[in-house]
Amino acid sequence: MTVNKARLIQGNQACAEGAIAAGVTFFAGYPITPSTEIAEIMSEELPKIGGKFIQMEDEIGSMACILGASLTGKKVLTASSGPGISLKQEAIGYASMAEIPCVIVNVQRLGPSTGGPTSTAQGDIMQARWGTHGDHPIIALCPATVKECFDLTVKAVNFAEKFRTPVYVLLDEIIGHMREKVILPNKEDIEIVDRKRPSTKPGDYKPYRTDESLIPEMADYGTGYKWHVTGLHHDETGFPTTKPALVEKLMNRLMSKLDKYKEEILLWQEESTDDAEVLIVAYGSTARSALDAVEKLREAGIKVGLFRPITIWPFPEEALARLAANVKGVIVPEMNYGQLYLEVERICKDKCKTSGLFKANSEPITPDEIIAKVREVL
Amino acid sequence: MRPDLQELFRMEKLPHIWCPGCGHGIIMRAIAEAIKESGIDMDKTVIVSGIGCSSRAPGYMNFDTCHTIHGRALAFATGIKLANPELNVFVITGDGDATAIGGNHFIHAARRNIDLNVILFNNNIYGMTGGQYSPLTPTGSKATTSPYGNVERNFDIPTLAIAAGASYVGRGTAYHDKLLKDLIIAGINNKGFSLIEAISMCPTSFGRRNKLGNAAKMLELQKTAAINVKAAQKLPPEKLEGKFLIGELHNKPAPEFTEEYDKLIAKLRKEAEQ
Amino acid sequence: MLGELPLDINLKHCKACGICYAICPRKALAGDKLGKVYMSDPDKCTKCGICEAHCPDYVIFVRRDKK
Repeated sequence: MTVNKARLIQGNQACAEGAIAAGVTFFAGYPITPSTEIAEIMSEELPKIGGKFIQMEDEIGSMACILGASLTGKKVLTASSGPGISLKQEAIGYASMAEIPCVIVNVQRLGPSTGGPTSTAQGDIMQARWGTHGDHPIIALCPATVKECFDLTVKAVNFAEKFRTPVYVLLDEIIGHMREKVILPNKEDIEIVDRKRPSTKPGDYKPYRTDESLIPEMADYGTGYKWHVTGLHHDETGFPTTKPALVEKLMNRLMSKLDKYKEEILLWQEESTDDAEVLIVAYGSTARSALDAVEKLREAGIKVGLFRPITIWPFPEEALARLAANVKGVIVPEMNYGQLYLEVERICKDKCKTSGLFKANSEPITPDEIIAKVREVL
Repeated sequence: MRPDLQELFRMEKLPHIWCPGCGHGIIMRAIAEAIKESGIDMDKTVIVSGIGCSSRAPGYMNFDTCHTIHGRALAFATGIKLANPELNVFVITGDGDATAIGGNHFIHAARRNIDLNVILFNNNIYGMTGGQYSPLTPTGSKATTSPYGNVERNFDIPTLAIAAGASYVGRGTAYHDKLLKDLIIAGINNKGFSLIEAISMCPTSFGRRNKLGNAAKMLELQKTAAINVKAAQKLPPEKLEGKFLIGELHNKPAPEFTEEYDKLIAKLRKEAEQ
Repeated sequence: MLGELPLDINLKHCKACGICYAICPRKALAGDKLGKVYMSDPDKCTKCGICEAHCPDYVIFVRRDKK
């Protein structure tokens, strides 16, 4: 077995390499800061492996384009940031509804609107959950290191394929542009998941029929299954229906299909939480400052721990609730005006004090700011 | 229906949802006849649509079909064709879907000359939402959102497609169904972006409001107002007043996008081997 | 007798748009009280097929194998 060399690479590059390692062979995108490097790398690497890259005429088209490619059986990726992610929302909802596997990397920049293209932020947490209209399932993963950009993009592709849902990889500008030394895993050590293909002959195929897995089998376009895909409510044959009972059956399955796989989907990191009296809940680049704060506070004898959700949506609620029951307070530093805080407050408010440390001015939250907040809470 | 065409339809889904006298059914059959006659592999054929009356057509057609979101059919189709160039990809779209909300994808798909067979059902109106004016509603025509007559100018679709880079452009009508079928076949045989404008009629939302008479009268209007491009060449300009051209309007082969991309892949492979 | 008509008419799908009997060059077709098509004069039919080609609802099929 060869050992890969240590390399100094960017988070965005790690995302691109992770996608290719996971089997992505199709990318459509549109230039936007601070995610453009992902498109640039894909444009260089994909044709070398027989894959396809296309720069579409706009963000909406990029999202639609990868969904078309996914229907032919390819693993697909797009990448963008704030304004572009806003534009993609309708097609992301289509992917949720029609259950088309796809991965969207959002390198978050400071919003709203054009905001700060080169400024870091974590302002798209709630957009990732509820950006498209209507109730819908979604997965969002949030790396805090360059290595994790690689690993979580692999995981995102696997989740998208296995659960037939759009999956976000939520970077922030710092994580996307930061360079770190990484040793990427060997190809043979990377777990690859493919979508379930039909187990029936074309004549018997019902594209949205499911067994207890709740995930239907998906035929590649062009293999004779001749199936229909629509964003309208549909029955298990895939054709539109307005019958309330069938609409409800579809929506209940869509809204519960990820629950069944919580153990696999929910990822988080706990640091020094065993005896913690104060818990910091932080994610993405903010978690790096939080970890530094934890180390410094521990050196000063203050019992503080870190809970870092890696899966942001669905949120690892039970894990946090368990920890919150044993601390005096929970602090949520994030680079927005309190988005994930709403979720944390909902989970923790009956168990301990909750407070937020919010900053959205283009500068990262520093360890000292977190330390000051912890001292204030104590 | 003709027995030999039935395998191209999801017969159990008929009758379709379109209004009495809507021209879309005639155009949908012309597409089916063209596919049948062209002899392409139906298992390798995908039909994509957006949103609107015309975009309901793929639901009735027995292929891999995709009823996408408003305006984006061409972007989905671009992904399908680029991901698997072996597939024959058709796009069924309407005047609003293709030239208003989807206008950007329309010109760029044409610019790339990607091998898509686009059939644009032009009924001059947003039918599904009850009759609002579209970019193809003629100036002066009434719609629910142009109650005093349309103040805007309308597109000429073939001119737009040609200017944007489409390699094959034709126009047929529901009345001239055989011509329409032949144009679609020519589009299938063209390796590149083929745009066939199919003039339809909407007696419910356009004809009634503009006092054009019933479906039969509207079909008659297509017969009298259309003039074949070949015949038109021999006529003086005053004879073409108030007429529109039908037939093959543009046929100029050009490099096709997915083939060019595959050449790039082959070149990179060769370089890597050396 | 119905089976001997030159046209096969699937009345269930007829939406009474009136195109077929307006377009028939020999006036072999007509509309009933509801506007749905029927063969008013089968002898006039030349099986030209213009009605079939312009029926938006695939109601009419011309039997070309029989007289």
